[in-house]
Amino acid sequence: MIAALNLLVGLAMGLNLVALGSSRLPSLIRTVATQGVALGLMPLLLESHHLDWRIVLVAMATVAGKGFVIPSLLRRAMRAANIEREIQPFIGLVPSLLLGAGGTIAAVALAGALPLLPEHAGLLLVPGALASVLTGFILLIGRSKAISQVCGYLVLENGIYLFGLLLIKATPLLVEAGVLLDLTVGVFVLGIIIDRIQRAFDSLDTRKLTALHE
Amino acid sequence: MTATLLIFIPIAGAVLAALWPDHRTRPWFLPIVGFAHMALCFRLLLNPPSVSPEAWMGFDALAAAVLPAVSLLFFVCGCYAVPYLGIRQERPNRVFVASLLAVLGLLSAGHQARHLGVLWIATEAVTLAAVPLLHFNNTPRAFEATWKYLLVGGTGIALSLLGSFCLGYSSLHGGGEGDLTFVALIAQGTGLSRPWVLAAWVLLLVGYGTKMGLAPMHTWKPDAYGEASGIVGAILAGGVTTVAFTAILRIHSVVDSAGEGHVADRTLLAIGLFSMAAAALFLLGTRNYKRMLAYSSIEHMGILSIGASLGAPGVWAALFHVWSNSLTKGALFLSAGNIRRAAGSPSLNDVRGMAHVVPRSAAIFVAGMFAITACPPFGPFFSELKILGAALQTGHGLAAAGFLVCLLFAFFGLTRVVFAVVDGRPRPAAKAGGKRFRETFALIAPPLLLLVLSLWLGLFTPLILRNMWTAAVAQLFPHP
Repeated sequence: MIAALNLLVGLAMGLNLVALGSSRLPSLIRTVATQGVALGLMPLLLESHHLDWRIVLVAMATVAGKGFVIPSLLRRAMRAANIEREIQPFIGLVPSLLLGAGGTIAAVALAGALPLLPEHAGLLLVPGALASVLTGFILLIGRSKAISQVCGYLVLENGIYLFGLLLIKATPLLVEAGVLLDLTVGVFVLGIIIDRIQRAFDSLDTRKLTALHE
Repeated sequence: MTATLLIFIPIAGAVLAALWPDHRTRPWFLPIVGFAHMALCFRLLLNPPSVSPEAWMGFDALAAAVLPAVSLLFFVCGCYAVPYLGIRQERPNRVFVASLLAVLGLLSAGHQARHLGVLWIATEAVTLAAVPLLHFNNTPRAFEATWKYLLVGGTGIALSLLGSFCLGYSSLHGGGEGDLTFVALIAQGTGLSRPWVLAAWVLLLVGYGTKMGLAPMHTWKPDAYGEASGIVGAILAGGVTTVAFTAILRIHSVVDSAGEGHVADRTLLAIGLFSMAAAALFLLGTRNYKRMLAYSSIEHMGILSIGASLGAPGVWAALFHVWSNSLTKGALFLSAGNIRRAAGSPSLNDVRGMAHVVPRSAAIFVAGMFAITACPPFGPFFSELKILGAALQTGHGLAAAGFLVCLLFAFFGLTRVVFAVVDGRPRPAAKAGGKRFRETFALIAPPLLLLVLSLWLGLFTPLILRNMWTAAVAQLFPHP
């Protein structure tokens, strides 16, 4: 089971790099959605010996939210804005890939230095979490289109979720549910805003948001 | 039980306001619900309920020391909202009124949260509920401000969740059962895993510091305050920031009990001084009087953070400063809102001579400016004096000197902008706008009342508040 879980975390880390390397928005959204489904399956593997309804519920909600609902909202926003490509990102695709790869190596090294409980020592969850948070930041900072930034935010949230899996036994469901609910609502609101930005500026380019400065 | 009503009354009010059919009478929900909330809040302040230690929510000493200030500010802003939304008939107010009430309910939840997870959920929900408030004006500039608020605020809130997980893991690693109430975490004390506590502190400080608007995580603040209406600015600066501040205080006491208090103190002091310095520099440069208020808010968040770093006397003074800052900022935001309505622009390039156009609002604006720059005998003077005293008492002479220099530069910056707005000969456009905008009693009384409250707080700090602040400090430092 540990091996299967590590395989999934490894897949999520690979998808980070795919997300950093894709310039087309549909493929970026698909990558983030796949990562969401992989994340949703993890609690089932982590607690496969004593599954209870709470774990199953968390897994189902994650797969539905991260894998289907949010990506479809993002696709709708993309169609409404009528854009498909990330042109001229602030950080180019190759530099962001290099940064992401370097960050992943650093995350693995750093995670080795962190004190972990013996039952978590063999897991890739902590390096996966650190790498995803870093990838999320690169996407947030390095992309100019609003939808790519939202995808970056999602990857960042995915990293935090990976870390949260360490606590899934100890943290009550309330916290888990709150996380999911807020994530969904957050992106939903972001989606509305994107819609409004589009109507106000006729573009989803956040570079045009420069009226407010000192 | 009564304490949970503080959350449910505003939420129920928000639902009712969203369903209420009449556009014209809907704003009355704000003062009515605000009054109910305030009455309940002060009743609880006078008869503090007993809170069981393992409760996840409760009107404990820290909540009692801060929440009444927020409630008072909200009620006065609610009274101002009725005439304000009356002159803004062109904008639909359903979402605005409902969101504002939801923010009050969620703020009450955040202040009363005694569990790391509940605290995070409440803060996140406040962040989201405030979004519709920011784009009430429906201009491209307001959308830009909202986008930046969401992106920066969302990232901050995500980091604070990561920090919460780290703190949870430190408890787990130290042999804890995963009980994330602050009481349990403090009881575990030095049993918490140190490296994880430090990681958690950094992430939580950055996360909640973003919500508070500490530099360098303040970038959303000038845009949001500059584009939002006066009421929203007052509620954000006086209410939403305080919930992040109490969050930092609660987390600080956990870090302190884990034996890393000196690290936490040093970071809070450094980030506080940096915020004050950054705000003072921006205050010297800005040409927009609403953004000026945002920079002043960043400065005061820095002051709170410095107070929080100075041990028990500093925290006491910081709680005092929460009150004086909230009330004084409220007066400034509401009077600036009046000036903005009359002048038609927030920029110094278009606005001058407002003392002739809206004399009463201009007078409150100037008096509020002197109050916020700590001129005696207003509240901020006494609270900042206490913070200065705490700094000298704990041997932070250099920090105290830096604090005073920043205050001086902030004073230069604020007076420069405020007198440019008030003095001189009004522009013809502003004169015409001033005729359309009438300074009615309902628009003048709320900011004036807040200013009087700030004065009263300075001159006659009520004993019950002093006792509450002392009780809150005792709660935060259980092992002196």
